[in-house]
Amino acid sequence: MGTDVRWLLAKDLRILRRSPLIVGLLIVYPVALGVLIGFALSGDNSKPRVAFLNEVSSTQQFQIGSGDNEIDRDLARDELCSRVECVDVSSREEAVQKVEDGDVIAALILPEDLLDKLNSLATLNPQQPQVEVLVNQDDPLKASLVDDRIQALITEANLILAQKISDEAANYLDLLVKGGNFSIPLVGDVDILGLNRAATLLDGVAKDVPPDSPAADALAQVNKFARLAGDNLHFALPLLGAIAEPITVDKQVVAGDTAELDTFAIAVAVTVTLMFVTVLLVAGSLALEREENAFARVTRGTVGPGGLLTEKLLLGVVASLAVTLLLLVALTALVSIAWGRTPLILAAILVGGAGFAAFGAAIGASAKEVRASSLLAFMVSLPIAFLSLVPSGTVSAGVFHAIEIVRALFPFDPALDAMQGALDAGGPGLGVPLLHLALIVAAYGALARVALRRF
Amino acid sequence: MAEGAAAIEAHGVGKRFGDRAALRDVSFSAAPSELLAVIGPNGAGKTTLLSILAGIREPDEGSVSVGGTVGWVPQAAALYRRLTVAENLRLFARLEGVADVEAAVERMLAQTSLGDRSDDQVGTLSGGNQQRVNIAIGLLSAPAVLLLDEPSTGLDPRQRERLWEFVLGLAGSGTTVIYSTHMLLEAERYGDRLLVLADGERVFDGTADALHAAAPGSEARDFEAAFVRFLAERGH
Repeated sequence: MGTDVRWLLAKDLRILRRSPLIVGLLIVYPVALGVLIGFALSGDNSKPRVAFLNEVSSTQQFQIGSGDNEIDRDLARDELCSRVECVDVSSREEAVQKVEDGDVIAALILPEDLLDKLNSLATLNPQQPQVEVLVNQDDPLKASLVDDRIQALITEANLILAQKISDEAANYLDLLVKGGNFSIPLVGDVDILGLNRAATLLDGVAKDVPPDSPAADALAQVNKFARLAGDNLHFALPLLGAIAEPITVDKQVVAGDTAELDTFAIAVAVTVTLMFVTVLLVAGSLALEREENAFARVTRGTVGPGGLLTEKLLLGVVASLAVTLLLLVALTALVSIAWGRTPLILAAILVGGAGFAAFGAAIGASAKEVRASSLLAFMVSLPIAFLSLVPSGTVSAGVFHAIEIVRALFPFDPALDAMQGALDAGGPGLGVPLLHLALIVAAYGALARVALRRF
Repeated sequence: MAEGAAAIEAHGVGKRFGDRAALRDVSFSAAPSELLAVIGPNGAGKTTLLSILAGIREPDEGSVSVGGTVGWVPQAAALYRRLTVAENLRLFARLEGVADVEAAVERMLAQTSLGDRSDDQVGTLSGGNQQRVNIAIGLLSAPAVLLLDEPSTGLDPRQRERLWEFVLGLAGSGTTVIYSTHMLLEAERYGDRLLVLADGERVFDGTADALHAAAPGSEARDFEAAFVRFLAERGH
């Protein structure tokens, strides 16, 4: 039977070669899809494009106290553009145009009075500094993303300011406790005594004051105050540091092994390709045996229905391996693929391909004609793939449990897990999804075998 | 029936599809070199009988015994239209386990006069030529028994004449040929014996002359009229 399966496989590959439209659709379409995803990944997704207009004068500064903490327009730009991809614009109109056209997700405008208002915070007439954000809300999902991003940026900017202010306050406190030089504009450097030195001076003076003198009590009180203040204000320094960020976050992962976002996206692209190529090809190829009326003639000899089914699974695995490797090679030009893990990647492709091939065989054996099998393959595969991408927490626990049961019955979910695990050492382990896929091959293979009895 | 061991025998063959009995207790035998025509109305069970004799289906009752290989030519051409004539022959020769594949392919191309079309995809051939390829595939293993299901379907008169010349030559060489047909003229002209099926039952097994004589009042009628009368007399 092995030789017969080989001849049947050669026959199917020859028929494929003579069907350029089918080959084109099966190969070019998913590869193009994967490359598009690769293009999307190869751009730095962590940095959204934001139009930036800085109307603040280049000569202006926001100086915090008299220390080294100064904020000027260049510092503001540097901080912002290290977090987003800044697209400099020269006018508000240009910023509006770019947002409307979709060139950028939002526009951030620093008005010319920003630093004036920041400086006013230390005066008796404080004014609220404000930046202007322009957004395009035609897409609610994009609008939500933009809101989150901008809010995060502003929060971070406020955090930086608060940190600088608290740093400066800590410097002042340190100067107050220890003493030292203090620079006052237009006056120059002034030597500040400091509470510690004041207490030492007072100790010296107190020795020369008669104990029964009225000044002795007053001196003792001042000395005590200076010492207490010097000792206790020192403890305020870390408190000031905590003002800027009073609550920190300690994130711990207690469930779910997730790969890096890029790897997940690659795994999705590869698994979708694997699914479309293999399921459609095997379903259509098996149904074709009936349409050509060749099924009975082929299986009456030594091949048998089991041999034909084996050949179709092999066809699916061979085709999926070729197309998926082609996709990964194409993606390598755009994103980083862990080729050092090639044996694991091959295992994931082969077993995932077998799972999809068995699924396709069950569809082809049930549908019995090529068009119906193609339609059925598409209509069943696509919703299952979407269900497999539904994350927990987005639906109720009961609904998610039902989704998990449905997902477990089809090869997409374990194939995706296997691919993630193969591409990334930090992803899910390979053992469980490969075993799951093996069970799926057995189950759908049995279903196809039963359906072939009525073929 | 010709003397000697039968090339193929069927004993009490029955087949059901759900509640419907497609075949009921059908028994017959065919000798080497014999041409046996299987005729009957639509739904009589002709194709079901041939598929059981070919080993495509298993009978629910009874048995079939064959003294050699069986070649099968289904009614609808069973071949791959994207493969060439030669590729189809080569593939099925391999699947049938033919010892010398290339020799068998050359022989079939010569016998069916398709040598000049050997590299053409079957889908580009006319219906008649596709049927010739279909028959050639059935002959690849040089079978002792050849089963033909409606072999004249889609053939023009000249092609039909050529086909029967070929089939008669096979029978003359020792091949037992069992063929089903709607064309009673073919059955009468070429069949050594007729096996008449109706509603899954064997209602007649004998020569065309015997059937003609068995139909009352049919002396002046043609064979087709006699056949219709014969069935009507028996409630079919």
